[in-house]
Amino acid sequence: MAGGIRRAVIVHAGWFMLGIALLVPILDPLLPLEWKIAGHMNRIFIFAILGLGLNVVTGYTGLLNLGIAAFMAIGAYSYAILTCDIYPFRLGFWSAMPITICIGAIAGVVLGLPTIRLRGDYLAIVTLGFGEIVQDTLKNLDNITQGTQGINPLPAPTFWGHALNTQDKVAWYYLLLAFLALVVLVSRNLEHSRVGRSWIAIREDEIAATCMGVNPVKAKLVAFAMGAALASTSGGIYAALFSNSGEPGNYDFQISIIALCIVIIGGMGNISGVLLGAFVIGGFNSIVLDKLTTLLQQMGMVNTQNVLTVPGNWKYMIFGFALILAMRFKPEGLLPSRQLKAELHEAEEDERAENARGAA
Amino acid sequence: MTNTEVFLQQMIIGLSNGMIIALIALGYTMVYGIIELINFAHGDLFMLGCFLALTILGALGIDAAYDPNSVSLAVLPLFIAVPAFCAIVNWSVDRFAYRPLRSAPRLAPLVSAIGVSFIFLNLGLFWGGLPMDVFNGGVAAAAPKDFPALVSRTNLLGESSNIIVRWNEVLVAMVTVPMMVGLSLIVRFTRIGKAMRAVAQNQTAARLMGIDVDRVIGATFLIGGALAGFASIVWASYNETIYFQMGFRVGMDAFTAAVLGGIGSLPGAVLGGVVIGIVRAMSEGYIAAEWTNVVVFTILVVVLTFRPSGLLGTPTREKV
Repeated sequence: MAGGIRRAVIVHAGWFMLGIALLVPILDPLLPLEWKIAGHMNRIFIFAILGLGLNVVTGYTGLLNLGIAAFMAIGAYSYAILTCDIYPFRLGFWSAMPITICIGAIAGVVLGLPTIRLRGDYLAIVTLGFGEIVQDTLKNLDNITQGTQGINPLPAPTFWGHALNTQDKVAWYYLLLAFLALVVLVSRNLEHSRVGRSWIAIREDEIAATCMGVNPVKAKLVAFAMGAALASTSGGIYAALFSNSGEPGNYDFQISIIALCIVIIGGMGNISGVLLGAFVIGGFNSIVLDKLTTLLQQMGMVNTQNVLTVPGNWKYMIFGFALILAMRFKPEGLLPSRQLKAELHEAEEDERAENARGAA
Repeated sequence: MTNTEVFLQQMIIGLSNGMIIALIALGYTMVYGIIELINFAHGDLFMLGCFLALTILGALGIDAAYDPNSVSLAVLPLFIAVPAFCAIVNWSVDRFAYRPLRSAPRLAPLVSAIGVSFIFLNLGLFWGGLPMDVFNGGVAAAAPKDFPALVSRTNLLGESSNIIVRWNEVLVAMVTVPMMVGLSLIVRFTRIGKAMRAVAQNQTAARLMGIDVDRVIGATFLIGGALAGFASIVWASYNETIYFQMGFRVGMDAFTAAVLGGIGSLPGAVLGGVVIGIVRAMSEGYIAAEWTNVVVFTILVVVLTFRPSGLLGTPTREKV
């Protein structure tokens, strides 16, 4: 019976989360000031979209990508250059976003084409190198990208002539939620499409998949393009939300690792898992640490002279332990995809079958 | 300065930094050669070594105001304590983070290594907040720290020369060259070296021949860690400043060097280290310092993509 409830929660986890997410702005005004979270949720939605992008490459296709933040940066800067007044394009949100997404996909193909045949760990390092190259290039081309100042101000999305401003918090919230829902829908359909099934086949066993007629180069390229397109979407929305492309340092290796934590700890290859991961990791990153800092400050326990007393300084240690412990004890994540769980626990199941045979 | 002098000066700087990078690259290449793991935390281990070195100097009362001309034997404990510390930490990381994952899917230990790297990074940040004079009394933990020059700054070519060769360059050569020679002697002639080569070739066969594979892998981590420890002392003394994020950058240089030389190949790591050191110095001298990392990463991406076996490596086929 308990198993049935548990399975229901896992199967319908996405719906549960959607229900809670829809209610947040309604419940938020009722909460005392210290417990308000709606403002932080925007960041979590953006991280969730980034995580779903990485999930296509790392979760479905099994290619470890350590430079997903680069595509987020490409998205943010594309959106900024397409919309900001200081450049000749001056598009609005709705016309700039599709172009931003396409630029992201093209960047994904450009990185993917030469590297697709590399083995797993080499590919990981190439993507990491690509991330650093993009970040440094954006920083150094300051006559185009404004260097560390970032490009601003950027236009917000408009609805029938009404532009959202930063005061329309609830409207922003639902807009980002709608984008996230759209990305979830796209991910779901991709997962069950022909190319999605070939991604999973490649992840499980590339040679076997090739023998069954899957073209691994094509499938991996599509995965790279889709992952980059989704990451680029998150970047574009991020820039629109803050009306600023942000500085190149905002898209560093640490963002890539946070996205990786979201996918691995949530559950590789499972959309509900990634959403949960985004909520747990993103929530930890922007809500828990933030609230904890405020709380400790009120108690007078934060001493900026003492590095140990600032909760934010413990962040990397906690992410590091989370990754190590996840790899050691729960490599399939909190909400695993069915296939991955079966694969990672193959040895145990063999053992169980062996024992059963021995008993009989 | 004439063009030739600029070139020679950059060459000397590049060669010295390159020798240090090579020492770190050896740690990457040895571990990769034996268990095919990119030990992502190696650069951050090197960073911790630098912080330990500065702590010991602080405890000995040697700070930035210390006169390096009075070369004191007090710095010798560094060359024992720091490599020993790095060796033990590296061994423990293998024991507790990587060894349980030996039979896991290939990418699991790499993700674990990234986790270790993050923990080290955070420890480096905390370490910089120690209330010691050398760490500015613990204020601004994240800020770069001055590292006192361990040896005299006088120009060995005479004060009138435009090209500067200091005792630091000599120190670098005196530490790195014997390490490399010693390492190749160990790998070629000792029992443990023979066992390491056997495990690198075929773990199962080595185990069947009675080799304790886990012990050999542990020894590899010990040696790699000790090399990183030596590298951290000379790097800090040569560059005179350390900061907690340096592990990532220096580590990527060293990893690029290992890949460029052909990962798994010891002479390749040394060659790659020297090449990367010189490329960095030339890029800083002739292109611009802010593009140097882009140059190094481009080399990394291009080599991995078009010649993954590197300059001296032998092409390997992925086993099915």
